[in-house]
Amino acid sequence: MQVNENKEFQPLIVAFCCNWCSYAGADLSGTNRLNYPTNVKIIRVPCSCRVNPMFILRAFQKGADGVILCGCHPGDCHYTSGNYFTRRRMTLLFSMLDFLGIERDRTRVEWVSAAEGAKFAATMNEFTEAVKKLGPNRRLEDLRCRKQ
Amino acid sequence: MQEAIISKAKQLLADGTVNRVIGWKKGEFAYDITPAIFESAEEIDADFVYDDFTSANVSKYLVKESKKEGKILAFLKPCDTYSLNQLTKEHRVNRENIYVVGIPSDGKLDAEKIKAKGITGITGVEKDGDTLKINTIYGEETMPVAEAMSNKCLSCKSRKHVTYDELIGEDGEVITSDRFDMVEKLENMTSQERYDFWRNELSKCIRCNACRNVCPACTCENCVFNNPDSGVENKAAADSFEENMFHIIRAFHVAGRCTDCGECSRVCPQNIPLHLLNRKFIKDINSLYGEYQAGADTTSKAPLNDYTQDDCEASIVHERGVE
Amino acid sequence: MLKISLENLGRLFDAVSEKQTLYIPTDREDGAAEYRKYENGMKLSRNLNTLRSAKDFFFPQTENLADFKMEGKKIEVIDIREESEDFVVFGVRACDARSFTILDKVFLSEPVDSYYKNRRDHGTIVTMACSKPAETCFCGTFGIDPTAPEGDAACWSDGESVFFKANNEKGQAFIDSVAYLLEDGDTTKLDEVNAKTKEILGKLPLANLSTEAFGGDTLMEHFRSEKWAELSESCLGCGTCTFVCPTCQCYDIKDFNTGHGIKRFRCWDSCMYSDFTKMAHGNIRNSQLERFRQRFMHKLVYFPSNNNGEFGCVGCGRCLSKCPISMNIVKVMKALEVK
Repeated sequence: MQVNENKEFQPLIVAFCCNWCSYAGADLSGTNRLNYPTNVKIIRVPCSCRVNPMFILRAFQKGADGVILCGCHPGDCHYTSGNYFTRRRMTLLFSMLDFLGIERDRTRVEWVSAAEGAKFAATMNEFTEAVKKLGPNRRLEDLRCRKQ
Repeated sequence: MQEAIISKAKQLLADGTVNRVIGWKKGEFAYDITPAIFESAEEIDADFVYDDFTSANVSKYLVKESKKEGKILAFLKPCDTYSLNQLTKEHRVNRENIYVVGIPSDGKLDAEKIKAKGITGITGVEKDGDTLKINTIYGEETMPVAEAMSNKCLSCKSRKHVTYDELIGEDGEVITSDRFDMVEKLENMTSQERYDFWRNELSKCIRCNACRNVCPACTCENCVFNNPDSGVENKAAADSFEENMFHIIRAFHVAGRCTDCGECSRVCPQNIPLHLLNRKFIKDINSLYGEYQAGADTTSKAPLNDYTQDDCEASIVHERGVE
Repeated sequence: MLKISLENLGRLFDAVSEKQTLYIPTDREDGAAEYRKYENGMKLSRNLNTLRSAKDFFFPQTENLADFKMEGKKIEVIDIREESEDFVVFGVRACDARSFTILDKVFLSEPVDSYYKNRRDHGTIVTMACSKPAETCFCGTFGIDPTAPEGDAACWSDGESVFFKANNEKGQAFIDSVAYLLEDGDTTKLDEVNAKTKEILGKLPLANLSTEAFGGDTLMEHFRSEKWAELSESCLGCGTCTFVCPTCQCYDIKDFNTGHGIKRFRCWDSCMYSDFTKMAHGNIRNSQLERFRQRFMHKLVYFPSNNNGEFGCVGCGRCLSKCPISMNIVKVMKALEVK
């Protein structure tokens, strides 16, 4: 039984979380003992606006199958307007990835506040499932980084 | 036209308005024209040329040239003025040191397109109405002018000079073009078809960096792809991922600043339609954040340096177009 | 001379590709020619030359040199070299064929580059004579006769048949392997074609270009020339000329961290880039003028100085048609030779 379970594809998810809202939201989901998949690796950033398009691409290069970016809700940014810029930037980047034929469900932006531990866990569960359905990232992977 | 430009250049040099001129220099053949700086009437008489092959956009050279002593005269085609305006807006050029003379352009020719017809040994090219007469060592050949027209001119967006100190000829208007047609065609393909299309195109890339180095919007002192400390520095794509990354980041870095001058595709030795990546961003910006033409003015906020509280969410990408 | 009719050339390709990998120049959708692995039905390009040169077969743009694995403080070096398979490159032009002689001087002199040598040993080059040179051709300047190309075996077309001749044992082995498809043919028409080509060569716009003003003993004179400033002023500093060049041989070696090991690879480098030779104690050429000068001095002065007067250019004309600003070796030679 154990063997079969291991054979199922387990996607690697990278989640960029802003320090002030989403990272605290992740913390809250932990202290509330809510489950979210261990496939999700969180990278804390000061603000969602810190995330350069290169970060997203590099995550895919180094083996991520899905990348999610979490920040404060629009209007609640610790730095007033950082997430508004993020929103435009990521919209354009995701649109470009789609234009190049990269599966659009591999990327997502979600606004999670410090009080939304439950939303964080639910989002991660849902996103992991969506990426799992797509299978391993092949279109934007660096073959050299693939584990044999 | 060439005579008018040459006499204007000589006049402005003679009366001391400028101390040098940036323009185009004759080559070995009819088509191999090099951007050059001229400092005297003699040099201009000897080599200055303005003809069907002077497609190079000289705006980017003004970043360096406008920081030098004295004023420089630049002859700019309509599309080139957008580039200069954008550079002025970004404080990359010292506009006061540039004397711009706007010159008309009825579209430039692309020697590669002539050669692609199997025409070789080209010694001279002449326009005769809608027909192009090409002298070769194998005899005279003809082809329709439209078929030899440079791609960037075929989808010309404007015949208007957005910045100039003086004009030669009449100013034109912003025109409607079909420049987004190919982007739209790709958008309507399936994701697999788009993937295959771009893999075929981008796998040709030899990472010569010509697209980046010619781009008037790419003016970083040190590019992230040249910086060994950036972690992404590479001189050649060792994997298809690196081909994708370079071209996504190149286009992204000029998103909202690209004036769509088309130089990237013109210089690509592998004929990759790189302008489509830039146009995709322009089309998205236009449709999501309102019509915006980079370089049209020097005061408006760039779309990526701006926001509104009710911008669409990134999930809009999931909601439109073809999967 | 042994020949095969043009319509049967496909059969010859089929026969060769059954035994070993065969590469032929073929046309892409955009009209440019490139070498591709032959598959049944593939058509030989009618273009004069391929966009990228044939050096890729022996000196590819990127190649893996070695792998490393680390566990704690132990480093394991993995030799990834394998014996190359035999392959044939068909339709190489005389200029590109000469470029291998130049590359050999670099890679096969001590210490021998085993990666290059491995592929060189296993590759057979079948050249194709030119009959319709372009305005950008100037191979004659470097003593290359495009109607008598080098390579292991050479072939000529008279418009009806393709004629074969071996230049060495490897080439003879190639011809022997397909001899059952070849027949003896009359070369009268071919001689006419060659004579006509020679006549055209004399009329090419660059036919009179000479290397007289260059070579090892002109070093300081050219190095100090004041013309470099003007010649290099519009150079974009891109690597197009170096990457389409059949003789450019500079490379860089880098390590890539895959997350579970290190891949050491080498890739072409370009003297036009700002970080060229940075690995040598950060000793770089600071201005585009110096970088630009390096490229042409290397081809016209340093290389002949180190190689008994052989120049580092074969006159294929790729940089003439591909440079974004149309500055090239011909313009440099013409400017420098004027005293």
